[in-house]
Amino acid sequence: MTTRGRRRLERAMPWLVFSGLLLLWQAVVMIFQIRNFILPSPIAIFEAFLQYRDPIIAHALFTFTNTVLGFGIGIVVGGFLGIVIGSSRLAYSGLYPLLIGVNSVPKAAVVPILVLWMGIGQPPAITTAFLLCFFPIAVNVATGLATVEPELEDVLRSLGASRLDILRKVGLPRSLPYFFASLKVAITLAFVGTVISETLASNDGIGYLMLQASSQFRVPLMFAGLTVIAIMGIATYVLFALIERRFTGWATRRQHDGTGGG
Amino acid sequence: MGFVSLEDVSLRYGGPEGLFALRNASLSVEQGQFAAVVGPSGCGKSSLMKLVTGLLPATAGVVSVAGKAVDGPLKIAGMAFQNPTLLPWRDTLSNTILPLEIVEPHRSRLRQHKAEYVDRAKRLLASVGLAGFEDKQPWMLSGGMQQRASLCRALIHDPQLLMLDEPFAALDAFTREELWAVLQDLWLTRRFTCIQVTHDLREAAFLADVIFVMSARPGRVIATYKVEIPRPRTLENTFEPVFVDLIRAIRDDIARERGEARVA
Repeated sequence: MTTRGRRRLERAMPWLVFSGLLLLWQAVVMIFQIRNFILPSPIAIFEAFLQYRDPIIAHALFTFTNTVLGFGIGIVVGGFLGIVIGSSRLAYSGLYPLLIGVNSVPKAAVVPILVLWMGIGQPPAITTAFLLCFFPIAVNVATGLATVEPELEDVLRSLGASRLDILRKVGLPRSLPYFFASLKVAITLAFVGTVISETLASNDGIGYLMLQASSQFRVPLMFAGLTVIAIMGIATYVLFALIERRFTGWATRRQHDGTGGG
Repeated sequence: MGFVSLEDVSLRYGGPEGLFALRNASLSVEQGQFAAVVGPSGCGKSSLMKLVTGLLPATAGVVSVAGKAVDGPLKIAGMAFQNPTLLPWRDTLSNTILPLEIVEPHRSRLRQHKAEYVDRAKRLLASVGLAGFEDKQPWMLSGGMQQRASLCRALIHDPQLLMLDEPFAALDAFTREELWAVLQDLWLTRRFTCIQVTHDLREAAFLADVIFVMSARPGRVIATYKVEIPRPRTLENTFEPVFVDLIRAIRDDIARERGEARVA
């Protein structure tokens, strides 16, 4: 196969796999005559989406807003914690166990406490999204900072560079690829957080919509809600992947640019 | 007292019970002199670099540079290592300029006098044969070219002292010999004081005015050789009897050290 053909195939692969899966799903539902309230077919899900389009979109926007806000706070807090942990051994030994502890608490169990403090709806949703997504950001930024080559640090220190200089000139640029990699994980986690909170304590959002649909056995509608979340997740992932390529192209350099050894 | 001097310097890692990397090491390098430090592996050569540049404090003894005892990172030194450690997100030119963003007075002048400094960096890069590669990212350069750029970065701020830790060890033999000449040219025009740690005895004899031979760990200086071959030296010199005899003498010293280390 030609290189060009291969590359085209590589681009088409996600779509091929996706539509193949949908076809298989539709076929299985039709062949085994599975009932709609057990497993709705893709066509039934699409019909449900068309039927409830307006409420679904309204709820999705609510979920999306909460996710982005929680994610934004997560970036600020996670980035800051990452810088602190990654650049100071003391902060590392003091804060890391605490972070691990916070991160291992199931967030579904925290939502009731948040509700007690903040009421239902938007505030606990944003907070849960934040709680779920700041950890990978902090850990990745810290890793990027902690893995700066010691020789490079020596070069700068022997020039009289302060720790802030080293952080600005080497540490932060170096941890950017780690940061962007973590954003791709964190944004999907933020969606999970928002939906958990909305399912437990909200009158709006996709999580609430799904709960309602479930209590009325409108299974196609539930799946339509799931699909919308998945699409939002993929869309934001792609967005951050594009930003990543724009800012840290040096970390994913392409082979044909090099002149090679010798 | 020389420009760089160590008097009975010891360095111990890991507290009072720890291992000695250096023990009672003494040496002295004159201003503008090119010194090489050779020795069996693990003899504390790299520790010596860190002591002189003030990156590590000595456990005992006095390290002094330019007449002052070293009590912290030097600020007047340039360094280059076996690994070129260029920043992959900067092109060759801005990698070279990096020290100017840190060292005063360049640091505060850089923004206003950018063109002047860019010009200076370009000239330096051209002098090591990197003209035309200023806007290339480091990974586009070969290993030898990266090491040339690393040398430029170490010299851009006109340091009085250049510290080299096996800068050419990862290169192939031909590239390495090419870079000996490049480094010699730089030194002949700029006359900085240079201390180079190396495993390569030919390299030491080609480049240095004075060669310090270190003992096995814990390291101390067991022999000092003056290299009287006139400059500029060429590869032809390396086949002359004076050169070959010198290397054989140093080699015997080190072999003896290695033997002793094995018995002890």
